[in-house]
Amino acid sequence: MPDTIPENSVGLVTSQTMHFDAPLALVCGRTLDNYDLVYETYGELNADKSNAILICHALSSDQHAAGYHSMEDRKPGWWESCIGPGKVIDTNHFFVVCPNNLGGCKGSSGPSSINPETGKPYGPDFPIVTVKDWVESQARFADKLNIDTWLAVIGGSLGGMQVLQWNIDFPGRLKHAAVIAAAPKLTAQNIGFNEVARQAIMHDVDFHEGRYYEHNTVPRRGLMLARMLGHITYLSDDAMREKFGRELRQGQISYGFDVEFQVESYLRYQGESFVDRFDANTYLLMTKALDYFDPAGDFDDDLAKALSKAKSDFLVISFSSDWRFAPERSREIVKALRENQHDVSYAEIEVSHGHDAFLIPIKEYLDVFGAWMGHLVKEVSS
Amino acid sequence: MNSINNQVRPDLQTICEWIQPKTRILDLGCGDGTLLSMLKTERDVNGYGLEIEISNIVKCINSGVNAIHADLNAGLSEFDDKAFDYVVMTQALQAVERPDRLLNDMLRVGREGIVTFPNFGHWRSRLQLFFGGHMPMTPSLPSKWFNTQNIHLCTLQDFEQLCADNNIKILQRTVVDRDHKSSFGMRLFPNLLGEVAIYRIQNS
Repeated sequence: MPDTIPENSVGLVTSQTMHFDAPLALVCGRTLDNYDLVYETYGELNADKSNAILICHALSSDQHAAGYHSMEDRKPGWWESCIGPGKVIDTNHFFVVCPNNLGGCKGSSGPSSINPETGKPYGPDFPIVTVKDWVESQARFADKLNIDTWLAVIGGSLGGMQVLQWNIDFPGRLKHAAVIAAAPKLTAQNIGFNEVARQAIMHDVDFHEGRYYEHNTVPRRGLMLARMLGHITYLSDDAMREKFGRELRQGQISYGFDVEFQVESYLRYQGESFVDRFDANTYLLMTKALDYFDPAGDFDDDLAKALSKAKSDFLVISFSSDWRFAPERSREIVKALRENQHDVSYAEIEVSHGHDAFLIPIKEYLDVFGAWMGHLVKEVSS
Repeated sequence: MNSINNQVRPDLQTICEWIQPKTRILDLGCGDGTLLSMLKTERDVNGYGLEIEISNIVKCINSGVNAIHADLNAGLSEFDDKAFDYVVMTQALQAVERPDRLLNDMLRVGREGIVTFPNFGHWRSRLQLFFGGHMPMTPSLPSKWFNTQNIHLCTLQDFEQLCADNNIKILQRTVVDRDHKSSFGMRLFPNLLGEVAIYRIQNS
């Protein structure tokens, strides 16, 4: 809880909701007849609407990218490190917009929303959504905001995948693109982790085939396990060693199955607190969207061909200890861009934090990101 | 990778003159992006720089130069054959682990290569070694032998021998001093009087 809002924070913010009536045909073949998108905005849209930046969120985040919802909030939005007045994504210059993706659980239509056809929560009946569907919905969202062209589309992890998709589906509608800690597709190992997470959720007795809302239960244990597994993969071996080592909670081993090592305690805490803020069906959907993402698949498995129509310039950043979305995957993106002679800069930041590094204010990361954003500031100031 | 970061770079103007307009350039060890920035303005090229130092990448981005984080010692395997018109490497050849392999890789990736390096055969180096009996330290080679990045220094003669051994054709050669001036003497005795060597090369 902040006693006072820090000066470089966007401060108190509220989410807004936008309703869409035009049916959205999804990649899976099904259609969403109407839906809501919940979103937050920071900063002011300028007169010619040229300073709007779209932030695409990752697997378990949402529209609350920066600031606080109330003075009672324990933590600010998920990208407070980068968004705010005077920060890398400077709200003194930009109009920053972050919608919650379809299928989410923070207000955008998703499995926990009421299905207008049945009057009950969608649950497992909510259609599978893909990155392409998200980008389509974000484009319609931009239309309603009267934003023809984004100054930039920016995202980390799964958010970075949406940035790539924007360049494939709507290349004329963004001028700059930042793809951080992302990948052009998941590896088999990555899909494997997602599948274990899904199995943990679906095997929870409280899951009830995804209709747990109607049973007034929550597949707590399954979702908790899924998050614990995920969390291990977002950190690096080194980061966990630095943070916990083999430190014991009680100072000595008790030869039992209770929490003994600090790392166990930490993971259980992460898992438990996640259950309180996230929906299991949404987790299933988001991991599926990750697994399915493979834009090169529609272009003879040639990523360069997929990105050939891109018009923006690019910044690609990876983190050395990120083994979930390793630097090699980012270099594949850079190679594809380079082969198209697109403007691209790339930096691999040497850190021990693992995949989560993209959320952390690391000096070299912010230096690179800030230098690139500096050109955007000049562009809107001139 | 750059050995003489803070000095005027005598080689860059010459390179700029050698490069055809509107070509594709890869600059190995691009430093703060000075050359690419110059080439963009003066030659309207499409260029990328490879650079290992994040602080230099930041400078490149600031000057609007495309910088890609890379370690030249890892080679250019991520680059397709003849992906560029020119692959340029200024003052970095002597700092890589295997200059011979990188040279061949340069000419695989580029139609032509442009290489510059400090000439170890310059009279100042020769005098220091001959009369001083110690490893030369010159304005072009300011570091001590133990902390220098320049682990593979060579003379013009050495470089030309390497080219001959690898079927590399020398298209153009210039030697200059630190003020990027050439002189009659330098043209007559390049290996003795030239401080910085600049070569344009191609696979035979």
